[in-house]
Parts: sequence; C-alpha cells; structure tokens
Amino acid sequence: MRAPFSWIKPEPHGIYIEPADCWVDPSRAVDHALVTHGHADHARGGHGRTVATPETLAIMELRYNTREGATPVEYGETIRLKGGVDATYIPAGHVLGSAQILLEHAGERVIVTGDYKRREDPTCPPFEVQKCDIFITEATFGLPVFCHPPIEEEMAKLLDRLRAHPDRCVLVGAYALGKAQRVISELRRAGHKDPIYLHGAMEKMCRLYEEHGVDLGELRLVADHGKDDMRGAIVVCPPSALNDRWSRRLPDPITAMASGWMRIRQRARQRNVELPLVISDHADWGELTRTIREVDAHENWITHGREDALLRWCQLHQRRARALALVGYEDEDD
Amino acid sequence: MEEFAALIDALVYTRSRNEKLRLIAEYLQATPDPDRGWALAALSDGLDFPAVKSSTIRNLLKDRIDPVLWTLSRDFVGDTAETASLLWPAPEEPPSPPTLSETVGLLDAMNRKTVLTELPLLMDRLDASGRYALLKLATGGMRIGVSSRLAKTAFAQAFDVSVDEVEEYWHGLKPPYPELFAWAADGEDPPDIENLPTFRPFMLAHPLEETVVDLEDYAAEWKWDGIRVQLVRAGGETRLYSRSGDDISATFPELLDVLPMNAVLDGELLVRGSTQGGEAGGAASFNALQQRLGRKTVSKKMLAEYPAFVRLYDVLLLEGEDLRPQPWTQRRERLEALASRLPASHFDISSVVEAADFEHLSRIREGSREDAIEGLMLKRKDSPYIAGRRVGYWYKWKRDPLLVDCVLMYAQRGSGKRSSFFSDYTFGCWDGDPDKGADLLPVGKAYSGFTDEELKKLDKHVRQNTINRFGPVRETEKKLVFEVAFDSVHESKRHKSGLAMRFPRIHRIRWDKPPHEADRIDALRALIAD
Repeated sequence: MRAPFSWIKPEPHGIYIEPADCWVDPSRAVDHALVTHGHADHARGGHGRTVATPETLAIMELRYNTREGATPVEYGETIRLKGGVDATYIPAGHVLGSAQILLEHAGERVIVTGDYKRREDPTCPPFEVQKCDIFITEATFGLPVFCHPPIEEEMAKLLDRLRAHPDRCVLVGAYALGKAQRVISELRRAGHKDPIYLHGAMEKMCRLYEEHGVDLGELRLVADHGKDDMRGAIVVCPPSALNDRWSRRLPDPITAMASGWMRIRQRARQRNVELPLVISDHADWGELTRTIREVDAHENWITHGREDALLRWCQLHQRRARALALVGYEDEDD
Repeated sequence: MEEFAALIDALVYTRSRNEKLRLIAEYLQATPDPDRGWALAALSDGLDFPAVKSSTIRNLLKDRIDPVLWTLSRDFVGDTAETASLLWPAPEEPPSPPTLSETVGLLDAMNRKTVLTELPLLMDRLDASGRYALLKLATGGMRIGVSSRLAKTAFAQAFDVSVDEVEEYWHGLKPPYPELFAWAADGEDPPDIENLPTFRPFMLAHPLEETVVDLEDYAAEWKWDGIRVQLVRAGGETRLYSRSGDDISATFPELLDVLPMNAVLDGELLVRGSTQGGEAGGAASFNALQQRLGRKTVSKKMLAEYPAFVRLYDVLLLEGEDLRPQPWTQRRERLEALASRLPASHFDISSVVEAADFEHLSRIREGSREDAIEGLMLKRKDSPYIAGRRVGYWYKWKRDPLLVDCVLMYAQRGSGKRSSFFSDYTFGCWDGDPDKGADLLPVGKAYSGFTDEELKKLDKHVRQNTINRFGPVRETEKKLVFEVAFDSVHESKRHKSGLAMRFPRIHRIRWDKPPHEADRIDALRALIAD
C-alpha cells in the first residue's frame, strides 16, 4: 500500500502534487500551477495553466500579462484535478483574491495557506478555519516579538502626525498589492475623507481593487499635482520609492512605512523611516500559534519565514511539525 | 520616565542632525533638575550600573519565556534591550512609571543579587517603550544614533553656550552635572577644573585621501601603531586617558609618578621593543602592547616584560599655561624643550619626518611598512590645538592596506543598524592547493566595508547558501570570494590558521571569482611584519 501523504511532495521550487502533476505556488514556470495569491513570490508568469481565484487571475494579468491558461475558481468552489485530487479555494484574508488551497486525495486532507492573516481587512474576506490532516503554514512573522497592534492605533498615529504638520505631507510606503489599498480603506474607515495622493506605480492596482468593489475614496496622482496641493495630505508609494529621488517633488515629506517589520526599531531605522506603522497582511506570532491550535492538524509543515521559532513552539506544545526548505520565497516589503 | 522614553523613541526615528539637536535641546529646557542631568548623562554614555548586564536581562527573560524562543528572537532583533522590552509579559496592573531620577536611584542601589527581583518590578511599571528606555539606560550605550558630542552640542544649543566650553568642563564633572546646568541655564560661575587632572578633548585628524599638501605649510610625523593617550598631571595627581577619555591609569602604573610638572601631554602609548624605531630606542608592535591593554591589575612580570612609555606628540597645558591657542610650531618648540626634562625611560618624542617635497614624503611613507608604522600624520604648522576634527589642520595618511582574497565560511547576524542581516563574516584562505583537496582555514572576521545594497545581497547569499547552523552562526557553501583589506597580519592562537589580521574589512566582493582562486595561507603568512 502507498504510504500516507506520499502524493504531496515539498520540493525546493514549490509543493508538488504528484497524481495531478501539478504545483502549488511554484517559483518557476510549470505546466500546471495552483496559485494562492498575486504576490510575486507566489505567483509568476509562464505557467501552462494557472488555477486561482478570479481576483488573483486579474492581478496576475495586470502584473505579469498572463492570460492564457487562466482557470478561475471561486471561494468555496472545488475543482477536480488529474489523478483524483480535489482542490478547494478558501479565503486566506491576506490580500484581494488570496486563498488557502485545500487538497483532498484518497481521504487525506492537506491545506496550503499561502500567506494569511486573522485580522479584519476591508479589502478581502476573512481567513476561514478548516480542519485538515496536514496544515502547510507560512511563518513570515514567526517570532514571539511580533505582535501587530490594532490597526486603529496605527491609523490614529498617522492622522495625528498629519494634523501636527499641516505644511508637510506624510509619505506612506506600502506594498503596492494589498497593503496600500488596505491602508487607504482603513484611513477612510477612520473618517479621513481628503484626497489621497498616489505614486504612479500604485494607480492600476488601486483601480483593480475598485473594480472589485473596494471603495478607496478620492485618489489623485502625485504626477498631476504641485507641491502645494499636497501639503497636509497623505501620499502613498511603494516602499522602494520612499528614499528615492521621486520623493523630492513632495512638500517636506514625513517618511512613514506600513509594515509588520516596523515593530523592530532597527528595521525602521534601516529604512530611514520616521513614522513606523506596524501594519501587516501576515499573521503575527499570536495569530500563527492560534491558527495552528484551531486547525488542529495531525501535522504542521512550515514554509518561508522564521520557521525555527514556530517549530520550537509546536514542539513545546506537542504538535507535530517540520520545516520545508522552499526557495524563492522572500521577505517581501510587508 | 515617559518623557525620557518618548525622547529616546523620537531620536531613534529621526534622521536629521538638526532635528535631533532640537529634540534633545527642547527636552533639556523643559525637564527639571536632576532628571535632565541624568538624561544628558545617558545620552553621552556617562552612566554605568554594574549590577545590570546584558546577561542579567537574558537570564530574567529566560525565566519568563522558553530559552530557545528567546535566543531566536534576540538573534533576529539584534538588540537585547529591545528584544526584552518586546517580549516582557504585560503587567496585570496599569503601569505607574517612576521618574528618571527615581529610576537611576533604584538602578544604582541594585547589586548582582537584588537586580533579579528589583529590575522586574521596575519593568512592570513601564510600557514597551519605557522598558526599552529603561534597559538601554541600565546597560549603558544607548546606540540610538546620538553621539556624546551631539548630546553636548544639544546642551550648548539649549542654553546658548559654547560647546567647546562644555567639552572643557565636561570631564571634570559627574552626572547629573548640577554645576554645568547652574552655569549654562542659571548664569552662575563656570565649574572650576583648573586643579583637577581632567581629560581635555583630543585634536583629531581627517584622512588625507586625494588631498596634496605643501610641506612649506605642513609638518610630517610618523603615525605610530600604539594607542593615543593623554597624560595629565594637576593637583598633585597624574592620570592617563585613552582616546575616548577613559581613565586607564590603573593599567599603566609605571607612568603615574614620572611626570615632574603640571602638564597635559598628547602622545602614543607604546611598549619597548625593536620594531618601531624612535630616537630613544624602539617600540614593540601593537601585538605586544595588546598584552598590557584592558587589565585592571598589572603583575611585576608584565611590567618587566612589556614596559610602557609615551612617545610625545603635543603639549596642551604646561605649568598653568594653556598652549592650545598657540601654533603647532611653537607648541613643538615647547614640547622639545620639555622632553629633555622628562625621564628617557618613560618618554621620548615623536620625531618630525623630513622630506624635500610631497612626492619625496610619499616615497618615505611607502617604505614605512616594515617599521610597523601606521602611516604619516600631516599637521599644519600654524594649527592651534582644537578639540575634535577640523578640516584642513591635521591629516592622517595611512599607508595603503594589504589585500588578500579570502573565501566566505561563516556568517552571523549583526546588531544595531545591521540587526537581523547576516553582516558579520568569517573568511578563510586555503591551506594548500584547493584542487588537490586542501581545506579552508579561517583567518579573520569582518563586518564593514560594504554598502547597504551589498549587505542585502550578502544577507541573501548567506540565507540561500547555508549548509549548517551552529546556534546563531551559519556555515555557508564555500563559494564567495572577498577581497579583504587589512593593516597588518600577526601570529595568533585565536584562529586555527595561526594568523590574525589587524583591521580587516571587506574591500571588494568578488562575485565573479571562483573560490579555488582565492589566496593560500602561505601568501598571507608572507605578509607578517614582525
């Protein structure tokens, strides 16, 4: 008889589903890929066939010009792959379109989370806990020092600073896919109605979010405006533009960055950030450990991030776990 | 304490020097005595609480959190105080923060034993920011991008006094500096330091780099390979200070009763030997001097084996007269006259290097290597003695570094600005022909010489090429070549190779070079100077 779970194989370049000859989030082009979400370290172009949520496919088309072989799956929908493998896409709460993928074969259930968080996010449906035998979890913030504060506190910090400097602007570095739109949505929720200015690289993704029903309020492009228009305003740009020449066109910007890494002072200093905003689309330590408890899988496989500490936690709490050495996943600018 | 913690946080996230000055100055103006004095001491590294060590914090945390999780967290964050402030369990009671003075009093009263019960009580009275400030304060060295000089400049700015004057009084005073605040903030008489053997700030040099100077205007001296010291006699007492102003008198007792007059002298501390020439006999290499450094007590044997002396560079004060405003040529004359009155057993004078022109001097400098000399100093003949580093007066002209190609072997995460990046590298040379199965032996460690961009690439390289983990140390695939620059190389038992480099730094990263083309141990050994 076949050994249990031998149909699913963690390889350096992704998770391989043998009977279906198919990969989850492969880091190189393959014939058949299941993609959890649109971030570059999980989704890349060149696959023969790409199975993902319609939102993720739209994001991939925008970012990598992939259209051929796109196979949409709605949340909660199950598709049958070759070799008797079923794949179901479940909300992961990470960014628009992000999904966990539940794989079922021969009565065995495996969940690949991709990236996820447990906090509320106005731009995507919340993470759903589903039972499984093997839970393959991320661990980007898998250290007990990571505890993301309530986002309302961070928004208040940002708006306070904005009000204290009516002649300047606050320039918020935020990952162009997900973080930026979440920050804008949360600002709107906090009652900030003023126009928000965007770096050109953000525009298309914001429009895509709006097309998918996420209300971002009035957005303007920095390129269309002079310094004086932006005094007292919030400007959002990709993290790479924070210390770039580009920011010289802004009125004496206060440099902020929205990222889970901002919890660590030196990380903020390394990026020359004056106003660190601890906002992440990944689960923090508390969320990771809570999720492992709630999913209560027979075994936990831990992918990219601080896997050592999460492994240790599993060991201390008598939970079976192993670390997967996947290549190509990076600490994105979350 | 909240105000102090807020100041620390604001300073951590502020880039601009002017903004930092403004933040500190505003705090000093708004805060009452003695809190502001303690804050000034903390920012200028003037506080020391011997009972609280990094290991104390580590032990406290390991009682409260799994030791492995602590170590992994500390390793990633790169800073013990910050890690502890983040991991400390939230107290059940709402915090009731102490004042800064109360905190200092409590820390000061702790000993090795009581600290284990007292420090947690203090931690429980603070929030995460407060705990960070507390632990930074308690362990000394805030490392928040504020130098001692910047703190003093902010003080001067807050009360509109001259920073040079602050520097002058500084080393005669103790935290929380009541006399300093009385003088600067309340207009009272300046502190009297005339009869105290206090440290006077050193005059420092800029690297010469591409500058060419006219020897009509500049005098050249050797830059000796020892440590820069200041020997001060006043009020019947002699003290020896290191470059940073630390009192190292106890380490060199033989120099404390050989200065017959009140004076402040600037010179190089060396031990007797034969490699570094001088007028009154030679000195040993830096390696020999190292045997004497950092000791709290000195044995007779040490004194006999490694006798120390001062090679004089300059005279600042002499028998009540302040010579610092005078031009270098005049101070030099006074120094030469003075040197003849000092015992030759413990003093000689750093000779002036004569050269026809700059080109000639350049050749002399190139020939200086076998003398274990660091290079040359160029001093403008009309330069007064001014605290700190002023452009155009003094230059240091180090000889060119030695270079060798090494292979990256191990990496460790850095701290401070480099926290959480793999930024400390151990590298090795081949102990034979690598194509015939020779091994790499570690020859040194470096954590500087690369840009932030390069650091990111190196960090990625380490993470993707890890073949072994030993606690915080990663062993990497032996495939990346560093061109390593260093000042000299010596025999050493510290490394298996039997060699140790002085001031090694990454000169270039040779992504292109195959590792088997890196240098062999023999090539490095051939560069030993002593």
